[in-house]
Amino acid sequence: MDIFSAQNISKQFSLHKALDQVSIAIPEGSIFGLLGPNGAGKTTFIRIINQIIAPDEGKLFYNGRELQPNDIYNIGYLPEERGLYKKMTVGEQAMYLAQLKGLSKQEAQRRLIYWFEKFEMKSWWNKKVEELSKGMQQKVQFLITIIHEPKLLIFDEPFSGFDPINASMLKDEIIAQKDKGATVIFSTHNMASVEELCDHIALINNARVVLDGPVRDIKKTYKTNTFEVAFNSFNGRLESILPSAFKIIKEWNDHELRLANIQIPADTIPNNLISALLPVVTIHSFIELIPSMNDIFIRVVTEKKSEPVLL
Amino acid sequence: MHKIFLIIKREYLTRVRKKSFLVMTILGPLMMAAIVVVPIFLATRGNELKTVAVIDQTGVFFEKFKDTDNIKFHYLASDIASAKSSFRKSGDYALLFIPKTEVSIPTNAILYGESNVSINIISYIRNVMTKQVEDMKLEAKLRDLQTDKKNPLNVEDILRSVKTTIDVNTIKITDEGKEEKSYTEISMVLGMFAGILIYFFIFMFGSQVMRGVIEEKTNRIIEVIISSVKPFELMMGKIVGVGMVGLTQFLLWVILTFGIVTVVTSTFVGKGTSKHTAEQTILQNAAKYNPDNLPLASAAPVKKSQNEGVNAVFEALDSVNFPVMIGAFIFFFIFGYLMYGSLFAAIGGAVDSEADTQQFMLPITVPLILSMVMAQFFIQDPTGQVAFWFSVFPLTSPVAMMIRIPFGVPYWQVALSMGMLVLTFLGTTWMAAKIYRTGILMYGKKVSYKELWKWLRY
Repeated sequence: MDIFSAQNISKQFSLHKALDQVSIAIPEGSIFGLLGPNGAGKTTFIRIINQIIAPDEGKLFYNGRELQPNDIYNIGYLPEERGLYKKMTVGEQAMYLAQLKGLSKQEAQRRLIYWFEKFEMKSWWNKKVEELSKGMQQKVQFLITIIHEPKLLIFDEPFSGFDPINASMLKDEIIAQKDKGATVIFSTHNMASVEELCDHIALINNARVVLDGPVRDIKKTYKTNTFEVAFNSFNGRLESILPSAFKIIKEWNDHELRLANIQIPADTIPNNLISALLPVVTIHSFIELIPSMNDIFIRVVTEKKSEPVLL
Repeated sequence: MHKIFLIIKREYLTRVRKKSFLVMTILGPLMMAAIVVVPIFLATRGNELKTVAVIDQTGVFFEKFKDTDNIKFHYLASDIASAKSSFRKSGDYALLFIPKTEVSIPTNAILYGESNVSINIISYIRNVMTKQVEDMKLEAKLRDLQTDKKNPLNVEDILRSVKTTIDVNTIKITDEGKEEKSYTEISMVLGMFAGILIYFFIFMFGSQVMRGVIEEKTNRIIEVIISSVKPFELMMGKIVGVGMVGLTQFLLWVILTFGIVTVVTSTFVGKGTSKHTAEQTILQNAAKYNPDNLPLASAAPVKKSQNEGVNAVFEALDSVNFPVMIGAFIFFFIFGYLMYGSLFAAIGGAVDSEADTQQFMLPITVPLILSMVMAQFFIQDPTGQVAFWFSVFPLTSPVAMMIRIPFGVPYWQVALSMGMLVLTFLGTTWMAAKIYRTGILMYGKKVSYKELWKWLRY
C-alpha cells in the first residue's frame, strides 16, 4: 500500500522546467530517500507534496485518494531552509506552531511537555530562541515537526547542522517514528545516511526520475560481479592462472598480503574464481564488491544519457 | 478561520508586549496633549490688551462686540480700502470687516491681521456674530409663530432653522502690503494633524508589516509556517494583526490624550469654565418669547465665564464634529493601511533584506509623501480640483481626505473616496498575495520589476 503517490507531475517556472512527468510512489511504513544533485527538483517536489505550490500537471494521492488541503495535518515537514522566530520564547513558539498544525491548545501543551521532558529541554521553555545554540534550535524544530504525530514525515537535509551525538539521536528518533508506523521521506546528499536508513529511493536528475526502487534491488542491478580477494604472496602472474574471461581490475600489496579486484563474467559463479585460485594461493578473504549508493549516484548522474532505470 | 486567528493573535501580542509599543503609547498622548494644552495655556496667559478695529457694513453688529479683559473693539466709519492701507500704522491688532450682504442675514466676515490672528479672538468674534444672527433669526421665527397660532411650537424645528455657521476668514497683511490668506483656524490645525497622523500610522505600521515579512524570510521560518497555512492566510494575518496594534495604539492615544487634557486643564484652569452652548442660549431666548409660557427646557442659568480665552479654544473645539473626525480617521486608517500594508507585504516578500527594499519602496512612498507635500494646497482650497482629485485617488486619499474633512466635504465625495479606497484595497491585496506567495520562497535572488510582473501571472 502506498501512503503517497504522485502521477506525472510537471512544474514549470518561467523558462526553467523544475519537474517533468515525475511519478513516485511511497510505500507506507518505509523510509524513502529522495535523492538528486542540487537543482534537480527535489525541493520543488517536496513543496508540491506539502501543497505549498501546486503542480502544473499531474495528480497527487494520499492513502489512495486524491490529496486534500486538510492532508497537511497528516504531514510533518522539516525544510532544508528552516528557522524560528528569534525573539519569541521557545515554549510560546512551539505552542503556536503546534496549534497551526491543528492541535488544540490543551493537546499541544500536553504533548509539548511530554517531549520537552523526554529531550531534556524543559529549562528552555521560557528562553528566547536566540539564546539557544544552533543544535538546540534544530532539536526544537525537529520536535515541532513531529508534534502532531503525522503519518508522513518529510525531512529535507535533516542532519545538516547537527553534531555527531545529536545526529545519531535524530537518526534514532527517525527510526522510532518509522517503528511507530510513520512513513518518512528523506531528502539528502549524504549517501552514508541513505545507505543506513533508506528502504526505497528515487533519484531525480534534471527534473526527471532516473532511478527508483527498493535499495536492495537497485544495488543488485548495479553490482558488477566484482570480488575482492586477499591471499598470501604469490610470485607468479595472476592472469596466468585465471580463465581469460576473468578480468583483473586492480592488484596491490598490503603488508604480507596481496589483494586483487577481479570481475567475473555474468554467467559464471564466484565458486569458479575460488576454484581457479585455490590450487595456487592461500585465500585469506573473499568478498563481493557491492556498489555503494554513492557510486550508483555518481554513475547515474554523470552518465550522459540517463535512461530511466525502473525496477 | 481558526488558523488566521492564531496568526493575528501572535502578530498582535508579540508587538503589543514590546517595550517600544509602551514607550510610544505614553509619548504619543503627551505630544498630542501638548498640542491641545499649550494653546489653552497661552490663551490664559495672554493678558496683553489687543485692539480690534471693526468695519460693519451691515450695521447689525453695531455695539455688539463687547470689550473683554484683553480685547478692545472700536468701530471705524471709513471704507475698507483706506482702513487696510492705514492698518499697519494704526497699531490695531486686527481689523474686522463684515461686508454688506444682499440677503438680510450676514454669515461671513474677514479678519485682517499683521500676523496670524490668535484663535481666541477669532472664536470670540465668531461667537458674538453667531449669537447675534441666531437671535435675529429666532426673533423672526417667533414673530411668525405668534401671528400664525395654528402651528404648534416645535423646538427641534426652531433649533434647526436658527442654527447658524459664521465664516471668519483671516487674511494676513504682510510687510509689503500684500495679502495672504492665513490659517489659524481650528479646522486647519485638525486637518493637518489628522493628515500627519494617518500618514505616520500608515508608514509606521505598513513598514512593520514589511519588516515582519522580511524577518520571517531571513529567519527561514516561513517554509515551516506555509506548510501549515496558506501564504494568503499568513499575509492577511500579519497585516490584520499589525493593523490591530495600530488601532490599539490610536485608541489608547485618544483615551490618554483626553485624560491628560482633562486633568491638566482642570488643575491649571480650574474653576468656572462652564461651557455656554448655542442650544442653551436659544432655549433661553425661546422661553422668553414663548407666548403661553410653556416650559420648553430646564435651561440652566448660564454662568458667565471667567476665562474667555480657555472658553474660546473649547468652543472652537466644540465646533468640530469629533465623532465624524474619529470615525473617518478610523475608516481611512483601516483601509488606507490595509491597502498600503498589502503593498508593503508584497515588497517584504519579494526581497531578501531591508537593504533591497529601496527600489520597490519608491512608487509606494511617492504618493504618500506627495499627499503630505500637497497638504498646503488642500488647506488653501479644500473644495478645489486639486484637493478633490487627491482625496479621491486611493493612494493619496487617506491623507488628503483627512486634511479636508474638518473643512466639511460633501457626502458623495466622501462616499466616492471610500468606495475607491475599498476597491483598490481588494485589488492591491490580490496583487500582493500573488507576489508574496512566490517571493517568500525565493532566496538570494535580486528581483526586478519584470520578475514581479511575471509572478503576477503565475
